[in-house]
Formats: sequence, structure tokens, C-alpha cells
Amino acid sequence: MTTLSPAPAAPAGRKPPPPSTSRTHERPGRRNRDGLRGLLMSAPALGGLIAFVGVPFVYAVVLSFYNVRLGSPLQPRFFGIEQYRRLFTDPDMSGPFLRALLNNLTFTVVVVPVQTGLALALAILLNRKLKAIGVFRSLFFLPVVFPMALVAVIWRLILARSGDGLLNSALDAVSFGNWGAFDWLGDGLTAMASIIVLSIWQGVGFQMVILLAGLQQIPGELYEAAELDRASRWQQFRHVTLPGIRGTLAFVAMLTSVLSFRVFDQVYVLVKGGGLDEDATRTVMYQAVTTAFDQNNIGQASAITVVFFLIVVALTLIQRRVVRTGNED
Amino acid sequence: MARTRNSLRRFLDYAVLSVLSFIFVLPVLYLILGSFKPSDEVLSGLAGFLPTHLSFDNYSAVVDSFDSDATGYFWRFMGISLLLSTVVVLGGLIVNSMAAYGLTRLRWKGQGVVFALVLLLMLVPFEAVAVPLFYMFNSQRNTIYMQAIPFIANAFSIYQFATFFRAIPPSIEEAARIDGAGPWRTFFAIIVPMSKPVFASVAILTFLTQWGSFLWPVLMVSDPSVRALPLELSVFQGQTPVDWGQVLAFGVLLVLPVLIVFAFFQRWFVQSVASSAVKG
Repeated sequence: MTTLSPAPAAPAGRKPPPPSTSRTHERPGRRNRDGLRGLLMSAPALGGLIAFVGVPFVYAVVLSFYNVRLGSPLQPRFFGIEQYRRLFTDPDMSGPFLRALLNNLTFTVVVVPVQTGLALALAILLNRKLKAIGVFRSLFFLPVVFPMALVAVIWRLILARSGDGLLNSALDAVSFGNWGAFDWLGDGLTAMASIIVLSIWQGVGFQMVILLAGLQQIPGELYEAAELDRASRWQQFRHVTLPGIRGTLAFVAMLTSVLSFRVFDQVYVLVKGGGLDEDATRTVMYQAVTTAFDQNNIGQASAITVVFFLIVVALTLIQRRVVRTGNED
Repeated sequence: MARTRNSLRRFLDYAVLSVLSFIFVLPVLYLILGSFKPSDEVLSGLAGFLPTHLSFDNYSAVVDSFDSDATGYFWRFMGISLLLSTVVVLGGLIVNSMAAYGLTRLRWKGQGVVFALVLLLMLVPFEAVAVPLFYMFNSQRNTIYMQAIPFIANAFSIYQFATFFRAIPPSIEEAARIDGAGPWRTFFAIIVPMSKPVFASVAILTFLTQWGSFLWPVLMVSDPSVRALPLELSVFQGQTPVDWGQVLAFGVLLVLPVLIVFAFFQRWFVQSVASSAVKG
């Protein structure tokens, strides 16, 4: 899905607050009636969550131990851990899969620090009292509301391989004609870089807004005190700003790593549109979808899904730990 | 002296911001300008960035070329996108806020366990269940309802509502109850009206996610008569030869409803994104 479903930082399984004391002397029947209504009110959402998240998730684990093919007359056959063994050792299947894992890793390792750094720079730049500052903030936030399928199409044109592509044409102009047309999306070396650039463009405003909110919580007196101590701008940044938003920064970085691991839309659109180097940009989700959909291999796709999930959970748990320690300072 | 230095600095601030935001917004300008250019001028490099003449031809061509059963109908794509978003947003607001209320403000046996379960399910991204869901509901491919129903109940929305509801002082409900209102009445007459910010924020985030929804339609929809806009855009731009002017016009029409909502609720948008993260 899009980048807009951030996982919050609350520890899982946090107990509800202790019941308020005013309820201890309530009439006896109240609790039971409340109970029925509470369950009744929660039932539609709980039903939906169980049917469309809980059951399919368990089903993914089950399917990953079977050899299931869509539309095949053969009955699903129990496969044990064969799907997983193939994913990691059978050259035919592990080749693309391990490449996908590596691509995801590359994407995450570049996007998280670059996007977070850029978002921080923008947030600092936009965190001042100027007229019309709201307009500038909105401009940087704008791409966040663009569906990724559309972002991919726009950048497909900007990065077009012909000399008439916007980027190629601009490079040609600044290099006085010494720069030939380059196939940014089709070249294995730059295909992933292109995906990274367009993803950062779409997502940076999201982080910027979160960081901006963090910056605004730093008390202004701290800066005034630093000014009196004749701290330079850099020293203020280093000793006031950074400590002030450490928790937010850690949260944003971890959130981005989880979201970036889920990258799919832009890769799919550009590969299907033609011209994107598939090997260099195949991601784990792309691999799962093509295995399920194009190869009808549901068992294999489910195994990929399970591996994908384990990695996302690991990232989320790290995120929660990091944020919790970040908030304790 | 100091004043001139100040205004010089201010001028520099604006200059830096303007240049940066221009570069940043360039792809959006490219989209908008391109949608008004004749198709053969869309790919015309830097020199052709500013078009020589503008027209609405691409827009009328989009509506015309998607006007048969074979190609699909443009207004139908739009209608389906609007329908799906409305159902998912409204249904989600009702169902998830009720669940959050039932889970945080009413006391019942097993409540803690159920709430913990919801938080646990929040860990599961949609991507992790897309494949088994696709297998489970394979017989319901190419239907409209199957594109909406799985997204109404949402653990993260429940969590957002729950966080907000917990901060409401219990005395407010107690007063309502003493006056004889049951939980349903208390919820709809007292709690909902005072929770507008969280409703707005959940609505906005759900709308954005649903409007751009792509992975599920890729798996479930092949028939143009039930296709929403984003998937159709990706099919359209994958054709050869591509008519770029029309593709860009299609893209503008795809993002236009979001931009309109964004223009009206800008402050809400930014706040909801910021608070959804900071609160956590």
C-alpha cells in the first residue's frame, strides 16, 4: 500500500489502564451488560480483522508447507520445508529470490539515511517564522498525497532514455552537448538508483512533517540560552536540536525502514510499463506477487510472504525498542 | 545597518526556499503541463518544457478513448474509485471507532486479551497477507465488494481511536450514564461529537491509502469494468505505443480528487500525519 500507514511506537500488548475506582461500587448487573455491549460494539471490526488479517496470515504459514498451484487439477501436496529449502538453495528459485532480498536491502540501506537526513534538513529549513512558510511546507508535502502508481509514471517520463527525456536533456544542456542520452531505468547500474530517487521524492515530505512537529517541541529558551553562551549555529544544532529530537529521529528512521521494506507499487508499474531493469529492481514483494500470480505457485509465494513478514516484524521490534529508549532520555 | 542585514537574510531565505521547492515541485509541473500539451510534444526535453500551446484535447481524448466495453469507461473507473474510498472510509470510521470504544471504555471479560490481539495484528502489513487472501478469495476476483471489504476493519485505525478515547476523562461518560444513557447512546451522542480530530485524521489517512491502493487490485482485478483508477493508469501507460499526453491527463484526473480534498483540509492533513506518528 502507500507510505501512509505508519506503525505506531506503542509496545505491543500494553495492558489497558486499571479500572477507575468509581466503578467499584456499581450495581452488580452492570459489568455483564457492559460486557455484552463491549463485545457487540467490537464484533464487526474484530470479525473483519480475523477474517482478513488473522486467518490469511495463519493460512500463509500453512500454505508455505504445501505445494499449491492455482488452477491446477492436482490436489495440494504436503511439502514440509521444501519451499523454504528451494528459496534459499535451489538455484532456479533462490537466484531471483536472493537477488530480491539483496535489492530490498540496498533500497533500505540507502533510503533510510538519505531520506531521513534530507527530511531533517528540510524540517530545519522550514522551521522558522517567515511569511508564507505554510505554502513552502505544503509544497514539500505535496508528493505524499500522490499515489505511487502515478509517481512512477511521471518519473518514467523524466528519466526517459531518449535525448528528449527531461533529465537527459538537462544534462545535455549543462554539459554543452557532451552528455549522450542515457537509459536510467534500463541500465542495471542506475535502475535501482532511479527507484530510490522517486521513492524519496514521494516520501520525504511525510518524514519532514513528523520531524517538524518534533522540532517545534524543543523549548525556544534552550536556543536563547545557547545564543547567550555564544554557541555557533553548528553547536546549537549539535547540542540543542539533535538531543531534542533524538526520539523522533529514531522513530522516523525505523518507520522508514519498515515502510521501505514493503516497496512494491513503483517497481511493478515501471517493470510492466517496460524499460525498467527487472533483475536490478525486483523486490521481495514483487517476487511474491509474480510467483503467485504469473507462475501460479501459491506455496512458494506463501513461503516468500512468511520470510517477508519475519523481516518486517524484526524491523518493527527493533523500532519499538529504539523508540522506547529514545523516549526515556 | 542591522535592519538591512535582516532583510537581506530574509531575502536569502526566500530565495533558497523558492529554488528548492521549485526543483522539488518540478515533477508535478511536468505532469500538469504535459497533460495540456499535444502528445508528440510531451517528450521534448528541456526546451519543450514550456509548451507553445495548451489545450484540453488530451482530457477529452481520455474520456473518448475510454468509452466502450473493450477499453472500459473513464467515468466508471472514477466512480469505482470514489465508491471504494467512500465505503472503506465511512465503514472504517464506524466499525473501528466502535471497536475502539468497546475495547477501551467498557469493561468486559477478555477485553485485555482482545486488545492485545488487535495490537499484535497491527504488526501484520497487508503485503504479508496479500497472497493467501488472493488464494482464499480467488473465486471472487473481479468483483467490486471484494476490493473494499477487506480494508474496512483496520487495526491501526482502532489503535488511533483507542489512543484518543483513553484521554477522555471518565467523568464525562459517568454523567451521561447517571442521566440514563446506555453505552451506545453515550458513544454516539457524547463521545463521537467530541472526537472530531481523531475522526478527521483517520478518515484522511484511510482515504489516501485507499485512493492509491494498488497491490490488491493487481492481484484481484483483470476486468476493466470493475477497475479503479490507479490500476487502470498502470495498464494504460504500459501499452504500446503510449499516448503520453493522454496518460498524463489521466494521471491528473487520478490525483485531482485528492488534491481538492488536500486543498480544503491542508492543515488537517499535515496535522494528522504528524500526530499519527508523534503520539505513538
